[in-house]
Amino acid sequence: MDEPLRVAANGLIDRRAFLRGGAAFAAALATYEASKPAAAEALTDDPWSKVPGKTVTAYGLPSRFEEKVGRTLSNPNGEPRTQHARTPHHLLNGTFTPNGVHFVISHMGNPDIDPARHRLVIHGLVKRPLVFTLDALARYPMVSRMTFLECGGNSAPLFASQPVQAGVQALHGLASCAEWTGVPLATLLEESGIDPRAKWLIAEGGDAPALSRSVPLKKGLDDAMIALYQNGERLMPGNGYPMRLLLPGWEGNMNVKYLRRIELVEEPAMSYYEARTYAPILPNGKAYRFFFLQQVKSFITHPSPGLALRGPGLYEVSGIAYSGNGRISRVMVSADGGATWAESALQEPVLSKAFTRFRIPWRWDGGPAVLQSRAWDEAGNVQPTRAQIVAERGESDKVLPATAFISQHYNGPTSWAIESNGEVKHVYA
Amino acid sequence: MCMRELTAAFATLAAAGALAAGPDLGKPITPAEIAAWDISVSPDGDGLPPGSGTPMQGAAVFAQKCAACHGENARGGVNAALVGGGPIERIDSARTIRNFWPYATTVFDYIRRAMPWPQPRTLSNDEVYALTAYILSENKLIAADAVMDAATLPKVKMPNRDGFIVRFPGEL
Repeated sequence: MDEPLRVAANGLIDRRAFLRGGAAFAAALATYEASKPAAAEALTDDPWSKVPGKTVTAYGLPSRFEEKVGRTLSNPNGEPRTQHARTPHHLLNGTFTPNGVHFVISHMGNPDIDPARHRLVIHGLVKRPLVFTLDALARYPMVSRMTFLECGGNSAPLFASQPVQAGVQALHGLASCAEWTGVPLATLLEESGIDPRAKWLIAEGGDAPALSRSVPLKKGLDDAMIALYQNGERLMPGNGYPMRLLLPGWEGNMNVKYLRRIELVEEPAMSYYEARTYAPILPNGKAYRFFFLQQVKSFITHPSPGLALRGPGLYEVSGIAYSGNGRISRVMVSADGGATWAESALQEPVLSKAFTRFRIPWRWDGGPAVLQSRAWDEAGNVQPTRAQIVAERGESDKVLPATAFISQHYNGPTSWAIESNGEVKHVYA
Repeated sequence: MCMRELTAAFATLAAAGALAAGPDLGKPITPAEIAAWDISVSPDGDGLPPGSGTPMQGAAVFAQKCAACHGENARGGVNAALVGGGPIERIDSARTIRNFWPYATTVFDYIRRAMPWPQPRTLSNDEVYALTAYILSENKLIAADAVMDAATLPKVKMPNRDGFIVRFPGEL
């Protein structure tokens, strides 16, 4: 291989190689003659190309050949406990999550809300308590932004002392990214008139548990939105139809779905989810409170468990990076378990608090390899190593299923070992 | 409309309290009209309704409406035990009302808004006070004959009240 193309050990190739093409890349490719498939078969007209196709439907669904692209369900029969539906990152590409596979956590099922009867009330420490209909909100100036949502408990299996044998959907499927459109919360709060004593807001949903979270007013006036649209269409029932609070970059549970009430207050309510649930225990027995931020993180989606490599040769390693602190500035990739690193290409546009797709060419020689990614954000934060997280946050030696929430807010790396047969396995490196 | 007229129009809007940012379509609503949704309870007791209950009253309600999921005497069933919990020694220790919850008001708030599972927000305030009293009493956090109401509940000192560290104080 051309020496300038090799940027880190074990086959990582300059991220610009695919884009640049040309003689140097051709030379690099020429070294993979051995892995090229046998000669192609002669092409024929298949039956579907010789008959008229199916009638177009009003609302499209993916091809029947894509039925495997779905969320995994923790509670498919709706038993009286929380339901988790995880995004299949390994079966998607790009940066948007389609609405049908956006992750959902539902504590008492999705309510069947009639949008004409739904109301949003703003009260408490305001000059004028106000109530809004959906029709009224639809007349306000709106904004659109790409934003990831991530459950505070996403990636929790990585707190296990031994690597849980699971893929990217089970480990990281409680994160998704969509374009959200709605009314800036600040517009509505200003219309109500904010009492200077107000420091927090309580957001509450119209679902069965009337899910409630306390949010610092500072965030409410910064980039918070009453989201009405998700990837261009009205919110999905599992994502808060007909409206939800959107707090870009903050813990998923705080982005209250089915939003019906905002109360401005001086002190947080210490509801169940902030006082008890989203309060991870530290090794010294204390617990973090008000974690809120989803910190800089990345993981490789291709390859990953379930997407075996088909023999040595050239592959694109790609994955997702994001940060609740802003834009991703850099993602480094290693093919030797973190010993050497190469900078990946970031897919434009790189947006603040949104998924960023990273890609890098990689030549697998068929030998041992451990793939890992590490991201930086524009605020200068770097993804910690797993050892750094364990030192601060601890780990569990219990043998638990991948669906268990050992702790929360793991943002360290994920390591995929490539076995000699091309299978991909979760390891710690 | 000339610039001067525009300026005058904006001045009129500003005087009326309207903001240029939105069309001002919120409809004024009174506290009485909000009351049915205004259910948040703060650690200082703000928001607690009238009413009261004792552990003995709560035991009867529990057996009827809660034991199916949380087990006999709240010791756990298909859903979590509400009584017990050892010291928090590991990151995966079970976080219980007794060993972890910092405020007793949260117990009242959660029962009132979200329980019982099949029929949330059907309990009377007296029933919620009674269930709260029952659970706190079974956990030895209040006396077996204590009465819980808007005055007494906020005074219950939970063992782990000071067990928390704010992760990012700059975000508050």
